[in-house]
Amino acid sequence: MLEFILEPLQYAFMVRGLIAAVLVGMVSAVVGTYIVLRGMAFFGDALAHAILPGIAVGYLVGGGAREPLFWWALVTAILSSLGIGAISRNTQIKEDTAIGIVFAGMFALGVALISTVRSYTVDLAHFLFGDVLGVRNADLWLIAAFGGFVLLAILAFYKEFMVLSFDPILAATLRLPVRLLDFLLLVLIAITIVVSLQTVGVALMVAMLVTPAATAYLLTRRLPIMMALAAAIASISGVIGLYISYYLSIASGSAIVLTCTAIFGLVWGIRATVTRRRAQQF
Amino acid sequence: MSFFDELLKTSQHLSKHRNPHLDDEQILQADDLSVRYESGAALDEVTFSLNAGQRLAIVGPNGAGKSTLLQVIAGVLTPTSGQVHIFGHAPGGHICIAYVPQRSQVDWSFPVTVSDVVMMGRVGQLGLFRNPAKHDWQLVNQALEVVSLTQLAKRQISQLSGGQQQRMFIARALAQEAELMLMDEPLTGLDVNSQEQIFAILDQLKTQNVTVLISLHDLQMAAQRFDEVLLLNKRMLGIGDPELVLAPENLLAAYGGHLHLVPTEDGLLALGDTCCEGEHDHA
Repeated sequence: MLEFILEPLQYAFMVRGLIAAVLVGMVSAVVGTYIVLRGMAFFGDALAHAILPGIAVGYLVGGGAREPLFWWALVTAILSSLGIGAISRNTQIKEDTAIGIVFAGMFALGVALISTVRSYTVDLAHFLFGDVLGVRNADLWLIAAFGGFVLLAILAFYKEFMVLSFDPILAATLRLPVRLLDFLLLVLIAITIVVSLQTVGVALMVAMLVTPAATAYLLTRRLPIMMALAAAIASISGVIGLYISYYLSIASGSAIVLTCTAIFGLVWGIRATVTRRRAQQF
Repeated sequence: MSFFDELLKTSQHLSKHRNPHLDDEQILQADDLSVRYESGAALDEVTFSLNAGQRLAIVGPNGAGKSTLLQVIAGVLTPTSGQVHIFGHAPGGHICIAYVPQRSQVDWSFPVTVSDVVMMGRVGQLGLFRNPAKHDWQLVNQALEVVSLTQLAKRQISQLSGGQQQRMFIARALAQEAELMLMDEPLTGLDVNSQEQIFAILDQLKTQNVTVLISLHDLQMAAQRFDEVLLLNKRMLGIGDPELVLAPENLLAAYGGHLHLVPTEDGLLALGDTCCEGEHDHA
């Protein structure tokens, strides 16, 4: 058993991958709590897809270096979320339609840009589905720094975000800077998506944001506990997923997401059974 | 301009600077308030004022603009024309105005407890980067005591009954140290016991000199339980003593054909449009 656990750890890429998966899991699950509570899952999914052209430009400009990729992706995410807001505010088009327009358009632009590069299929797959085992030391520092910033911001604005999510009219009568706080949350979601990119990729990102938080939501009715539980579930899923990926040779990103989904299914099933039992007793 | 507003709000939230309360100004002065949408007017030139400690019921049919009026006074909705002054200043500079929402406006499965929600009322006074201190918890506990919810402080909000939910929101307004409370249909959908509990709390607010503006759609209740009413159907059709304001000709103007006037021994009994739990205004 011990050997089973230790064997993969002799590879430095596995250790780095595990650290990355745990860090990313914690950050995306905590931010995801607000996404679940505010019903922004579609927005999160769209934002993850919409950053693809940013990644492509960063990739073409930087020749494989990580930093430009990171900054281009971040700028693209912020521009996309502003674009969605502008379309739905200034026309009669509903917000989810605006999200659909921007998301698909940006994603197509990203695919088009990447297709101009020769090793098109390999690179595209990495961006779409993640490449957590390719994480370098410098990437880990980037993830830790920006992930830490996101967690600190959530902590610093905890009570403001809670009021804003629960009762926007209260936020307005308490004269909170509602639009600035909304924008800050969008930026935090964007940063989270960009730092999580290498772990699960664009296409599976929404699972990291939504599934652990939704699982925690089934288990508790307290916001701080929901955040802590979501972070724990996501980190554990990251570790289990990577071991599954190692032993069964499954793509790492999908193994992590499938583990998250399995834990959700388990919790949901147990809860459904318990509630039915209770209903029968009374 | 809007960006500047946000920065101003941020700095006020950070520094806790608010507009001063001038004693010689009225707590509420509403001048010519109109809210117009493409589909028509939601509120048409409403003018009235309130003194500190006054209690006024706003009555009118569904869609009369009651919620709209309350939200304009709260400074949440900007009127198309007209002005609101709270102690002589625009409502945007005040955090002493509490809007007590309709119960249907809130997600009751949100993962917070009763005391969490009441503490939300303190967020304005706390300001940025400050956590609740002993003083804030004292205010929250006092507020819970006033509305008799101390026992349920640690409950998740979905476990509350309708009356308890309403009382929790009043406690939140108390924790906010609100001097003007705007209550949107607080009695709708409650049983008689729960309604009486709310009335008891309203009486206690009066002793604390809290000004209350409350929207209702039960005409009979407005006439029996309030000293002053404002009859609204987009336009203001009268304000003052309910016996004068709720006179048949005013009621006909407000309700049109939806109202049946039945003669009784005491005079006319109005059987109004008192249906519809949880009125949804087209704000």
